[in-house]
Amino acid sequence: MPELARAEGARITSAADAIREATELAMAQDECVFVMGEGVTDPKGVFGTTLGLRERFGEDRVLEMPVAENGWTGAAIGAALAGQRPILVHQRVEFTLLAMEQLVNNAAKMHYVSGGKHRVPITIRLIVGRGWGQGPAHSQSLEALFAHVPGLKVVMPACARDAKGLLLGAVADDGPVVIIEHRWVHYAQGEIDPGWAPLPLQGPRKLTSGDDVTVVATSYMTLECQQAVAALADAGVGVELFDLRVLRPLGVEAIVQSVRKTGRLLTVDTGHASYGIGAEVIARTVAGAFDDLRAAPQRIGLPEHPTPSSAALSQHYYPRSPQVAARIAELVGLPAGTRDAIVARLAHSREDQPLDIPHPSFKGPF
Amino acid sequence: MSSPHEMAPRATMMQTVVGPDERLALLTAMIRVRRIEERIAKEYPRGQMRCPVHLSIGQEAAAVGACAVLRRHDKITSTHRCHAHYLAKGGDLQAMIAELHGRASGCCGGRGGSMHLFDDDAGVVASVPIVGGNVPLGVGLALAAKQRRDGSVAAVFFGDGALEEGVVHESANLAATLRLPVVFVLENNLYSVYTRLEQRQPPRSMSRFADAHGMPAMEIDGNDVLSVRGAMLHAVTRARRGDGPSLLVAHTYRQLEHCGPADDDHLGYRPAGELSRWAARCPIQRLCNEMLEHDEIDESALDTIEATIAREIDEAFVAALAAPFPAAHTIAEAIHA
Ligand SMILES: Cc1ncc(C[n+]2csc(CCOP(=O)(O)OP(=O)(O)O)c2C)c(N)n1
Ligand SMILES: [Mg+2]
Repeated sequence: MPELARAEGARITSAADAIREATELAMAQDECVFVMGEGVTDPKGVFGTTLGLRERFGEDRVLEMPVAENGWTGAAIGAALAGQRPILVHQRVEFTLLAMEQLVNNAAKMHYVSGGKHRVPITIRLIVGRGWGQGPAHSQSLEALFAHVPGLKVVMPACARDAKGLLLGAVADDGPVVIIEHRWVHYAQGEIDPGWAPLPLQGPRKLTSGDDVTVVATSYMTLECQQAVAALADAGVGVELFDLRVLRPLGVEAIVQSVRKTGRLLTVDTGHASYGIGAEVIARTVAGAFDDLRAAPQRIGLPEHPTPSSAALSQHYYPRSPQVAARIAELVGLPAGTRDAIVARLAHSREDQPLDIPHPSFKGPF
Repeated sequence: MSSPHEMAPRATMMQTVVGPDERLALLTAMIRVRRIEERIAKEYPRGQMRCPVHLSIGQEAAAVGACAVLRRHDKITSTHRCHAHYLAKGGDLQAMIAELHGRASGCCGGRGGSMHLFDDDAGVVASVPIVGGNVPLGVGLALAAKQRRDGSVAAVFFGDGALEEGVVHESANLAATLRLPVVFVLENNLYSVYTRLEQRQPPRSMSRFADAHGMPAMEIDGNDVLSVRGAMLHAVTRARRGDGPSLLVAHTYRQLEHCGPADDDHLGYRPAGELSRWAARCPIQRLCNEMLEHDEIDESALDTIEATIAREIDEAFVAALAAPFPAAHTIAEAIHA
């Protein structure tokens, strides 16, 4: 994987640590950067991602918030209009829903309405919950809602390097950027670039090369796809796997190029399949690679109902590597016996572990 | 006391005359809630209840005192911390314990977990885990009661954190404008997760929000079940008469961690000594001691109460563990009405 070659001075850390490090760097670099959110100064520090910030930067720059999401999001926008660069933190995507009004009507539109005179450089971190019976209102992956809105940028890191680099890139951006962090990605171990290393909020990252099928995944599902791709490689199936990373603005050139070669496309979302990110990727890729398609593009995502709490149900709710592998196998026309063996092997590798907590093998390093 | 919030500046003595039978019922109800929560805390580490749990240990008086004056057809809505409200209002214990175990016999058939408890027969219409989200729902229940003239009232339970959400004030304004039969029961336990009240709100009386919305407020010792009951009686009587909403501010304290079964004093977010000071103001001990002093109860009667409750709890856990999980094929049922 040349794209992930070890950079000079790179070190291995979890994505949660990478987020903490990026926040600290951004605050040290620019006095206008400050952090606000419910729990950002508490003993848990939002899953460790804000720990120690108040001690270093003081109460004026690390602000504990009342349970008043729309209010403090609007206040952040106001502060940004006056030149500050706030980082807003929500412990769950669902809490951000209360702030949609400010985000969608004000943050996303100020620059446009003012003909480019007003800037709203805010970074909004929100976290997708999963597992341990989180249930219907603490586990939603609603990236499509945010990605639907012109004026917002939306990114979803799937590895430690992106968790750090995209956060730095978001803080450096002069407009509102929504960063959607999957709770299980927080555990992903991987290399991060040293020091101030913002990544441009652009384009997918190719993780594997192959000639048979193109797979585009978002966030945590990238990790599931990596397992499926590795298992399929043993059977000689060449998968070109992309981690989408940046949902808006969406750059599909590399994906189109890939599908021109493979003729087959599968998208794998963390959110609901219908009206989801995969649908957008497919629409654009088909427009660019129509003549080269050898099969109808397919998508995997969450089913058409809320997340049930009971582990007995949620184990059937989330697609995992066996389902991904099965779909890829069908797309490339792998013999049923080979397909079933791969699926069984992937399923077997999970059998000793409960499915409602992160699998140890997904902690990387990636 | 360290906090200006901790002392109720306008604490009202709302105890009205309560006979021995009702005191016994209040005591029994509080002990029952406590023992159920303790059993959940004890069993939780076994990993059979695979969902977050927000326990109410220390806050039993607010739930029990408020629900004591509600009738079965009166309705409530609750929050993430809904166990005590659900039980005090008469929610089915077996359906609750089964829900925590993710079983088909749970009140949500395993779909909701501990933060979504409801029992329509008992008037526990909904618990919702998004802070403040249950408050307008309760106002809507009161609106329907008024439109349908069914004589019921609604009670809405929420915390000091929820008071910070705009929707709570929108709801209060609406309820007062329409003179709806609803009681807002605010349990101030001084914390939202690990964040203390002073970090989230200026030092001022919470009951003054009622003034702002043109409704009466009563600020009470939330660890005194008789005060809670008295204030609630006042508020419910008003609501039934058609005089509109009231606010009850019950000052109380959560003894265990925000979410989960453990003690968390070691984290250091509570001032030293605060937990033990509040533990000494245990609502159950308080009523129990008073009743012992007045010979309204004796140790053997208490033993009988404990034994009955223990049996009921044993049965609920045995039933939950024996109950089937929801079948996989039901997962997509009931999406649309
Ligand atoms: C809108 C929203 N924001 C944040 C949260 C996270 N959260 C869950 S419980 C809680 C504490 C709320 O405090 P309070 O209302 O006082 O209730 P308590 O936990 O003390 O009973 C918070 C902030 C949430 N569930 N919903
Ligand atoms: Mg509270």
